[in-house]
Amino acid sequence: MSTLTFPSPLPSPAEDCEQLHKAFEGWGTNEGLIISVLAHRPAAHRREIRRVYAEIYGEDLLKPLDKELTRDFEVCARAVLLWVLDAAERDAVLANEVVRKWSPGNRVLIEIAVVRKTEELLAAKRAYQARFKRCLEEDVAAHTHDEYRKLLVPLVSTYHYEGAEVDKSLSKSEAKTLHQKIKDNDYSHEEVIRILTTRSKAQLLATFNEYHNEFKNPINKVFTAHRMLDADPKNEFLSALRAIVRCIICPERYLEKVIRLAINKMGTDEGALSRIITTRAEVDMKQIKDLYYKRNSVALDSAVKKDTTGDFEDFLLALVGHEEA
Amino acid sequence: MAEEHEALTGAFSGLGVDESSLLSVITQWRKQPEKRQGFRSSSPFFKPHGSFERCEDDFVRSLKVEFARFKNITVLWAMHPWERDARWIHHVLHKAHPFNIVVEIACTRSSDELLGARKAYHALFHHSIEEDVAYRVKENYCNLLVGLVSAYRYEGSRVDDDVAKSEAKALGHAIKSAGTEDPVENYEVIRILTTRSKAHLKETFRHYNGLYGKSIEQDFAGESCLGETVQCLGSSASYFSKVIDKAFREEADKNAKDALTRVVVSRSDVDIEEIKAVYEQQHKAKLEDKIVKNTRGNYRDALLSLVGV
Repeated sequence: MSTLTFPSPLPSPAEDCEQLHKAFEGWGTNEGLIISVLAHRPAAHRREIRRVYAEIYGEDLLKPLDKELTRDFEVCARAVLLWVLDAAERDAVLANEVVRKWSPGNRVLIEIAVVRKTEELLAAKRAYQARFKRCLEEDVAAHTHDEYRKLLVPLVSTYHYEGAEVDKSLSKSEAKTLHQKIKDNDYSHEEVIRILTTRSKAQLLATFNEYHNEFKNPINKVFTAHRMLDADPKNEFLSALRAIVRCIICPERYLEKVIRLAINKMGTDEGALSRIITTRAEVDMKQIKDLYYKRNSVALDSAVKKDTTGDFEDFLLALVGHEEA
Repeated sequence: MAEEHEALTGAFSGLGVDESSLLSVITQWRKQPEKRQGFRSSSPFFKPHGSFERCEDDFVRSLKVEFARFKNITVLWAMHPWERDARWIHHVLHKAHPFNIVVEIACTRSSDELLGARKAYHALFHHSIEEDVAYRVKENYCNLLVGLVSAYRYEGSRVDDDVAKSEAKALGHAIKSAGTEDPVENYEVIRILTTRSKAHLKETFRHYNGLYGKSIEQDFAGESCLGETVQCLGSSASYFSKVIDKAFREEADKNAKDALTRVVVSRSDVDIEEIKAVYEQQHKAKLEDKIVKNTRGNYRDALLSLVGV
C-alpha cells in the first residue's frame, strides 16, 4: 500500500507550479517548499504539474529542479528527479544507469525486471526506447556477458503471462529438472534459465512449492547453501538466481532486505535508498515498512532519520509517510 | 461429355476448387446418373472396386483440404492480426510444423504487432509465446527463436554506424568459424539478430556486403533458421516472394501450399505491392497471372482481391 500522504483537497497544478517557481527564485533554493509540494502529490497530479509548468514557464520542470538542487545536494536532487518522473520513465532511467556500469554483483536489473508487473515492465521498455533511442534488450545484451547475459536478456525481454492458470504436471516436472541441475551444480544450465526467465509468476510459485514439497527444502535456501559450499566465495550467479526466486516469492521482503543493506552499509547506499523509496512509495511501501519493523525492531522512519541528513532525509521521510510530531 | 470431364478434373486441380464449374456440371447432368457414372469410370479419382467405382482416399482427403482453402482464407482475413499470428505460432509449436513460420512472424511484424501477438497468445493459450518456444523447441536454434519472439525492437531510424560496422565483422567471423561452432548457436550472432533495431540491422548488412563482397543472405543461406532470419530482417519482400513461389511448384507440400494463404492474408494490408514488384522481378511473371494459373474458384478470387487486382 502507498505511504504517500497529501492534502485534501489537492491544490491545483497551476498553484503548485507557482509555488515551485517561487522556490527556485532568488538566492538559493527553498528545498523545504519543493519537498512539501512534490513529496505530497500523487503520480497523476505530478504529471499534471510537469505539463502545466512547461506550459506556463516554457521549460520542463526537471531542468530547474536539476539546476537548483544539484548545486546544494546531489543525492537529494537525484531522488527528487526520480520522483517527478513517471513510473515507466523512472524505471527506464534506472535501468539505463545500471546497464552502463553493470557488473555481475549488480542486481538492480533483476529487481526491476522481476518485481514489476508485465505491463509495467513493458511501459518501462517503451519509455527506454523513447529516451535512449535503443531498446533495453540490446543494451543489456551488449553490456553483459556469458551466463549473465543468457539470464538477463530473456529476463527483461519476455512478455510474461500474467494470469493465474497453472499447469500442475508442468510444475512437478520443472521442479524435478531444477533439482537435478542444482544437484549437478549446473546452475547456469539452459533449462534452469529457461524455467526462471520464461514461466509466469503463478507457474513458478507452483513450481517452487512442488520443489519444497518434493525435496524438503525451499529452493532459495538451496541456492544459498550451494553458494556457501561453492569454492568460489563470490559466486554471484547463484546470488542472481536467488534474487530472482526471492523477488517472485515475496518482492516486499526482497525490497526490505535491499533497504536494510543500504542503511546498514558503511556510509549509506543513498542510490539504493532513493531507488526503492521512490519506486515503491506509491505501491507497497507500507508492507515494506511493516516488514522492516518486524525484521529490525526499529521503524524505517527512525532508521532513515538516523542515517541521512538534511533535505534528503526530509524528502525520504515525506515519501515513507512519516508524520511530524 | 469429354469437356465436362475435363471441367470436372480441372475444377479439382490446383489450389482451391472451381465451385462455379462444378455447379454448372451439376446442373447440366441433372437426372443423368449415367453421366456421373461415366465420369467416375474414366477418372483417376475413382477406382473400380468390384461392382462400383470407389472414391480414392487421397482424393477425399485432398477435396477436404482444397474446399477448405476458401474457408481458411476468409476466417483468417476476418481475424484480428494478433490472433492470427498467435494461432499460427501455437499451431507450429504444437504440431511440429516448420519453425520458419515462427521466424517469419517474429521478424516481419513491427514491434507492436509482435507484442500484440504475444498478448493474444496469453489470452488464447494461457502461456507466453516465449515460454512455449523455449519449452518445445529442442533443436539447436532454440535460443535464436526465443530471442526473436521476445524482441521488442527499437523502431526508430537512429543507428550507430561504428557499432553496425563492428557487428558486421562479428557476423562475418561467425560464418568463417562455422566449422568449429554452428553460427546459429553463436551468442554474438543471436545477440545482434535478436536485439538490434531493423534500421540498425539493415546498416549492418550493408556493411557486411561492403566488407565481404557477398550479401549476408547468401552467406547465411545454408544455415538452419539463420538463413530465414536474415532474409526476413533484411529484405522481407524478397523472402515473401520466394515463399509464395514455392506454393506454385509441382513438388509443393501441404505447408508450402498453406503458406500462400498465410502470406497473402498477412501482407495484404502491409506491403503486398512491394512483394508483387519483387515477385515480377525474381520470377519474370506477374503474381496475378500465377495466381490465375494455379488456383481455382472462390479461393482464387479471394487471393486476387487481397493481392489488389
